[in-house]
Amino acid sequence: MSSLKSFIKSVRAAKTMADERAVIQKESAAIRTSFREDFTDTNLRRQNIAKLLYLFTLGERTHFGQIECLKLLATSKFSDKRLGYLGTMLLLDENQEVLTLVTNSLKNDLNHPNQYVVALALCTLGNIASQEMARDLFTDIEKLVVTQNPYLRKKAALCAMRIIRKVPELEERFVDKAKSLLGDHHHGVLICGMTLAYDLCVEQPNLIPQFRQFIPSLVRQLKSLTTSGYTPEHDVAGISDPFLQVKILRLLRVLGRGDQSATEQMNDILAQIATNTDSSKNVGNAILYETVLTILDIDADSGLRVLGINILGRFLGTKDNNVKYVGLNTLSKVVELEPNAVQRHRNTILECLHDADISIRRRALDLSFDLINEQNVRVLVRELLVFLETADTEFKANMTIQICVAADKYAPNKRWHIDTVLRVLKLAGNYVSEQIISQFIALVSNTPNMQLYTVQKLYSLLRSDITQEGLTLAGAWIIGEYGDELLKAGTFEDEETTLEVKESDIVQIFEGLLYSTYATQTVHEYVLDALVKLSIRMSDPSQIERIRRLIMSQTTALDVEIQQRAVEYAELFGFDDIRRGVLEKMPAAVIREDRKLQPEKKAIKSVTRVASQPKSETDILLDLMSGGFDDMPQSSAVASANGDLLSMALGGGNFPPLPTSPSLTNGKANGQTTGNTSDLLADVFGGSPSTASAQPQANGQQQSINDILGLFSTQASSTSASASAPVSPPMQISSPTLTQTLNPPVVNPAGGQTYPSYPAYAQNGLTLTLQPIRDGTTPAGVVNILASFTNTGSIPLNHITFQVAVPKTQHVELRPISKADLAPGESASQAVRVSASVGAQVRLRLRVSFGKGGGGEEIVEQVLFNQFPADLLAS
Amino acid sequence: MLQFILVQNRQGKTRLAKYYTPYDVRCWFLIDQFLDRGLDDEKVKLKGEVHRLVAPRDQKYQSNFVEFRNFKIVYRRYAGLFFCACVDSNDNELAYLEAIHFFVEVLDTFFGNVCELDLVFNFYKVYAILDEVFLAGEIEETSKQVVLRRLEFLDRLE
Repeated sequence: MSSLKSFIKSVRAAKTMADERAVIQKESAAIRTSFREDFTDTNLRRQNIAKLLYLFTLGERTHFGQIECLKLLATSKFSDKRLGYLGTMLLLDENQEVLTLVTNSLKNDLNHPNQYVVALALCTLGNIASQEMARDLFTDIEKLVVTQNPYLRKKAALCAMRIIRKVPELEERFVDKAKSLLGDHHHGVLICGMTLAYDLCVEQPNLIPQFRQFIPSLVRQLKSLTTSGYTPEHDVAGISDPFLQVKILRLLRVLGRGDQSATEQMNDILAQIATNTDSSKNVGNAILYETVLTILDIDADSGLRVLGINILGRFLGTKDNNVKYVGLNTLSKVVELEPNAVQRHRNTILECLHDADISIRRRALDLSFDLINEQNVRVLVRELLVFLETADTEFKANMTIQICVAADKYAPNKRWHIDTVLRVLKLAGNYVSEQIISQFIALVSNTPNMQLYTVQKLYSLLRSDITQEGLTLAGAWIIGEYGDELLKAGTFEDEETTLEVKESDIVQIFEGLLYSTYATQTVHEYVLDALVKLSIRMSDPSQIERIRRLIMSQTTALDVEIQQRAVEYAELFGFDDIRRGVLEKMPAAVIREDRKLQPEKKAIKSVTRVASQPKSETDILLDLMSGGFDDMPQSSAVASANGDLLSMALGGGNFPPLPTSPSLTNGKANGQTTGNTSDLLADVFGGSPSTASAQPQANGQQQSINDILGLFSTQASSTSASASAPVSPPMQISSPTLTQTLNPPVVNPAGGQTYPSYPAYAQNGLTLTLQPIRDGTTPAGVVNILASFTNTGSIPLNHITFQVAVPKTQHVELRPISKADLAPGESASQAVRVSASVGAQVRLRLRVSFGKGGGGEEIVEQVLFNQFPADLLAS
Repeated sequence: MLQFILVQNRQGKTRLAKYYTPYDVRCWFLIDQFLDRGLDDEKVKLKGEVHRLVAPRDQKYQSNFVEFRNFKIVYRRYAGLFFCACVDSNDNELAYLEAIHFFVEVLDTFFGNVCELDLVFNFYKVYAILDEVFLAGEIEETSKQVVLRRLEFLDRLE
């Protein structure tokens, strides 16, 4: 057997990883054999354990030495004991069963006459005590916390903390002990006492009032630390025991929180520390930082709070990145509480956007967005737009959303709003989500007096740059829609000179877009839509012919969506009498508050569909309520609904309520303002959402529209063009198409795991039960739920609609109800499909609405349903 | 509170590893019998993760704090060694940075101009020093003299 030193040397001498492994394995084997063979030689055992610890540090397997460690610590020789305890602390942790074997040795050693042996036991207890050990040994600790020896006292104090963390009900045994420690003269004991007291107060807030009586003495201690001058024992860079100062400040924080008189007692000392501490070194800043946290957490007066925030502001101005980092972190925590004080440091925060450290840039960016309000929106957004140009790629997507949200919320006027979004599109058009574009389009369509300006702007922007996808999409749509105004008024080079725009120029641009290398599939789709619309906005037959040829050229496109559009639009040229009608201008889109863009914190990776991630539970309800079926499943509604959709899709007619797919429509009872027109616009005219495949519903919806369009073209030719558009396709054709595409999964109640039916609602003559169904074919994390409705009353119920919301981490799909009007005694059913992560608890928020009798009262009920077994999605 | 302290060199070799909370060491006999995997998988993974997080960071332009799982790593580099302390996310990072420095100063005085080799060959002493400075994940003593005097006594007892 080699010595520890030679073992380490040979490990280090190994040239390759393989060599090293060989050396380690050989030694490891030797240690095992030695453990098995030599029972008596403690020297050998000590050497082995020492090697084992080296192996542990290297990350090797060491469990076989656990018992040997225990043997070693049970011996009487100090050096053996020391190594034994050291090994125990490293090789074992509180979850190991072997640990129970240590308890007895610990108990003996805690009462050992030699203080160093006691210290070893305390140290082990403090580091790895399990719940069981804590219960067995707390009486010894109780004694040691008040022993004469400060060396043991401080260790015992931390052991007490560990014991209380493991077994909270033991705390009362230590409350008085902790109090006695707070007045100790020894710094080490004091610091441990503070830690213990802090832990007690945090774990058990009802103890805080008891500890408040110590505030004056804590304040005195703090004062003497800050004014004592040089103390060689505890000096760190000219500051007397900064660690203790930090601990006292932290304890004051819990004691002062929410108590006026406690706060008043510490105001002075906090102000004193905040003004007098030297901030040139890290130590000083650590204290300042802790002071600021305390000031902001307790009910300090406003002057002090401003002082605190100013310190943070000063942190941002330093060269030290660490200090900047904590400053920004803390500011973003308090920006909501002290908006005005934080505002004052706006410029410093903006400077941090250009810091060399990306994590500082990120924090500064988040904070900048938090700072935006009505007064400073112009200044801040201007700065942020400047930053957007040079920002890290990973920031851009989120920034575009945040800027657009801010513009939407605080825009001083429409012109500014439109300018801002245009700038975003110009600078980061490749990073914007479809949501931004559809919001923008909705904004423009709602602002008639800005339409000309916007179309002019976009026209000149597109002439100079077609590389930004977002800009191209918005430009294509807007020019397609309002191209006639552009033709009438011309464009402008600067503010004054207007230039005439020829029809050929516009077609030229679109031709360029269509064949550019930057054109994505979505761009193609938008361009096709724009071209077909322009065909009625232009008058020159030669240009119209050119448009037709361009569209024809896409009828052989490889992408089926583009090809289909091209074929349909080309076909449309054959029906001049209806073409004009269907390609009329779109009515102004309805902008709904709850469909607006929502900023997503840290939305760096995926920002698409960000708007469908609402913030609060209630929003979830509104948003995820798959209530699109409000009018869809009811037989009579379907035909007209499809008609509406059709007219919508082609831009004709009024803007009727939109029956749409569940992913888009929210559950407003009558579908009155089935907003998200913008979404639909984007979907209908913009083609597939960029992440369509990820969202089955989006897919379904997309397809259903295609189906309708498909229907339309065949329908139109076969019915020999009835005079006016839109044509309503017969319901029996479209209805199955819709439902099929909306809900591909077919629920199979037979076979598979059966669960009981859970009653969810039984009032007003309606009984609703939910039965989860999972069979072998159900994917993991998905459950089909069969909702059964029974009319148990004596009057007919009609227009039953059933909506389900789930937490935003989960996903719900609804099929239409089998029968929306129930005569007494009749039943109906509806299938719901919930997808969540495996093992998640399925909790539903249900909303049922129905009318009683013919035109009787309307009943709307909401219930929270969480009676499903917790293991429903377990596999 | 400290979750763990790691001292690693630039190649990612660990020179000191101390855990104040258990890091998923599964039932050892099970692993021994049925799985041919290292006992401390989780710890090995963790060390690798920390090293990859900390080592490439710029010393001059980046802060000494990195977010790690639900915690923060406060680290400081001394020559070729990274001293990393994983702390709760609401802890005072600046104070822990100072605590790391305090620990290194103690090491420096104890070994007299400490270098990586001191830590390699006297690792068990380093652990002992660590136990005098931190206990149960909290700082225990803030006076260098007290710690050093104590260590002297302990060595004399051996």
